Amino acid sequence: MSKRMLALIAAVLVLAALPVVFPFTRFMLTLAIAKGFAALGVALLLRAGLISLGHAMYFGLGAYAVAFLSAKAGISDFFVGLIAAAVVSGVAGLIFGAFLVRYRAIFFAMLNLAVSMVLYSLFSKLYGLTGGTDGLRVGVPSFLGWEPARQTFEGVLFFACLILMLGAGWLGHRYLQSPMGQALSAIHTNELRLEYLGVSAWATLLSAYSVSAMLAGIGGALTAMAVGHVLPEYLYWTQSGHLVLTAVLGGFSAVAGPFIGSITLEGIHTLAVGYAAEAWNLIVGAALLGVIFFLPNGIVGLLRGRRAAKAEEVL
Amino acid sequence: MVSTLIPLFVDALANAAIIFFVAFGLTLAFSVLRVLNVAHGSLYSIGAYVAASFGLWIISAGLNPWLTFPALLLSAAFVAALFGPLIEMTLVRWTYGRGEAVQILVTFALFLILEDLQRLVFGVSSLYADTPMALLGISEIGGIIYLNYQLLLIAIAAVALFGTRLFIRHTRTGRLLAVVVADREVSEAMGINTRRIFTLAFTLGVFLAALGGAMATPTMGVAPGLGADTMVLAFAVAAIGGLGQIEGAALAAIIVALVRVLAIYYVPELDAVAPYIVMLLVLLVRPYGLFGKPPVRRI
Repeated sequence: MSKRMLALIAAVLVLAALPVVFPFTRFMLTLAIAKGFAALGVALLLRAGLISLGHAMYFGLGAYAVAFLSAKAGISDFFVGLIAAAVVSGVAGLIFGAFLVRYRAIFFAMLNLAVSMVLYSLFSKLYGLTGGTDGLRVGVPSFLGWEPARQTFEGVLFFACLILMLGAGWLGHRYLQSPMGQALSAIHTNELRLEYLGVSAWATLLSAYSVSAMLAGIGGALTAMAVGHVLPEYLYWTQSGHLVLTAVLGGFSAVAGPFIGSITLEGIHTLAVGYAAEAWNLIVGAALLGVIFFLPNGIVGLLRGRRAAKAEEVL
Repeated sequence: MVSTLIPLFVDALANAAIIFFVAFGLTLAFSVLRVLNVAHGSLYSIGAYVAASFGLWIISAGLNPWLTFPALLLSAAFVAALFGPLIEMTLVRWTYGRGEAVQILVTFALFLILEDLQRLVFGVSSLYADTPMALLGISEIGGIIYLNYQLLLIAIAAVALFGTRLFIRHTRTGRLLAVVVADREVSEAMGINTRRIFTLAFTLGVFLAALGGAMATPTMGVAPGLGADTMVLAFAVAAIGGLGQIEGAALAAIIVALVRVLAIYYVPELDAVAPYIVMLLVLLVRPYGLFGKPPVRRI
């Protein structure tokens, strides 16, 4: 068994043990893992050199899919909610992506932002449908007919998030190793040469884009279930910025990076709220600058050692 | 119907004037530095905060209320002198030649820092400083009542638009700006100090954003979250006009403001969405904006 595998198993065991030993960390870690999914989605696009400042819309769509099912259709099953969120955000990603992945660099970032702002405004204005700025309440979900109490549900949700994270991490890792995933990095390196090889950059990006939207949607769905409430603020553009920030902070050269980034951020947030709630964004902004200046591969790059990190510098 | 629409249109044009200043600053800095400043909206709200605080101080100190007009200009100049060179020479300069992803991230980090600094310095309660608007009063033309301050805003925007044209065509500094925009490498080879031009253009961009914020204060309250909202709106306007196109930004600001008025009149729910829908429609047909040109694809 390789060293890296052992480190991964140790990290997962520690993560699983934390909420059992310190119950107060359970909610924080659930939320961190949920946001980690969305950050992983953003990280996929970052591998292709594309920054999306609009992925909060897929996060929000996933969250609202769960809320709609619960509030309007009366269906509050964990699995139904999760699948609905993945389908809604994935399909939305496919539709918007077909138009958005033609753009690069600033235009890609800002058009994503524009689409997300359209959705944000609609979700906060259409009061009858979405509850406007009050948002929607999400009931405690059941698991295929089993209806646990809130406390039990939160415990189960954490482990469900953990298992989903391992699954998504494994799938994401396989995807990045596959020819599709390699083509994604090649777009960043030299898009023209990729096209000369006969690979369609558009198709490669579109598939990556809808996968990333789906991941963000799953993150949103898990967040909605954990918090029990959804708000239009989930779709606001600064949220998208935070997702990019999480991915960069953790490092996107490995699938574990965005999750590490997310858990680190939520951890610092929990600690900082007591002392410097007013200056939270300031701390995060300064941390982001520090990472960009000194750790271009994020925390993952730091863990892997300097030489390995230098060889695969991505930013 | 006309008599109800005309005041709305004047209102729209006054809003267009303010958004034009912000989008103008964004597009100017972008065309010279090739850096899209995500923190541009924060400089607008800082301009607004400084102007509002300054105006309120003038009133509470019992000075002549007409002094609030130069105070607007002074506030913008102060913000530009403080933040322009500081940000350009440290953070932005570091990102030159490092790819657009880094530039977006660095300026987003700056946005987060500036947002919290505003909260720490100015607090979270709204500031209202509408003295300049109250001083100018209203005028009645053909049975329709206009706010004089709004007419003044429209006039200033028009002067700024034509003034910039003259500045770029007929002054040495303006021509240097145009040369650096046209070809950075050649202008450097010709001995132009591009670093100085970059600092100048960025500071000018900050000044325009802060001026937009300062001139907006008499018409609205200044509250947290203003910078984030303005940022997206300014980008939408700049993108519709074509990034780097000053006249494009002016036309786009007017289009967005008019569409918004029509939306308020006919479908009030779509009021806030209107700018972004216009942006998406325009970019679907013309991906580089109304006046923009597609970049040459170099191998």
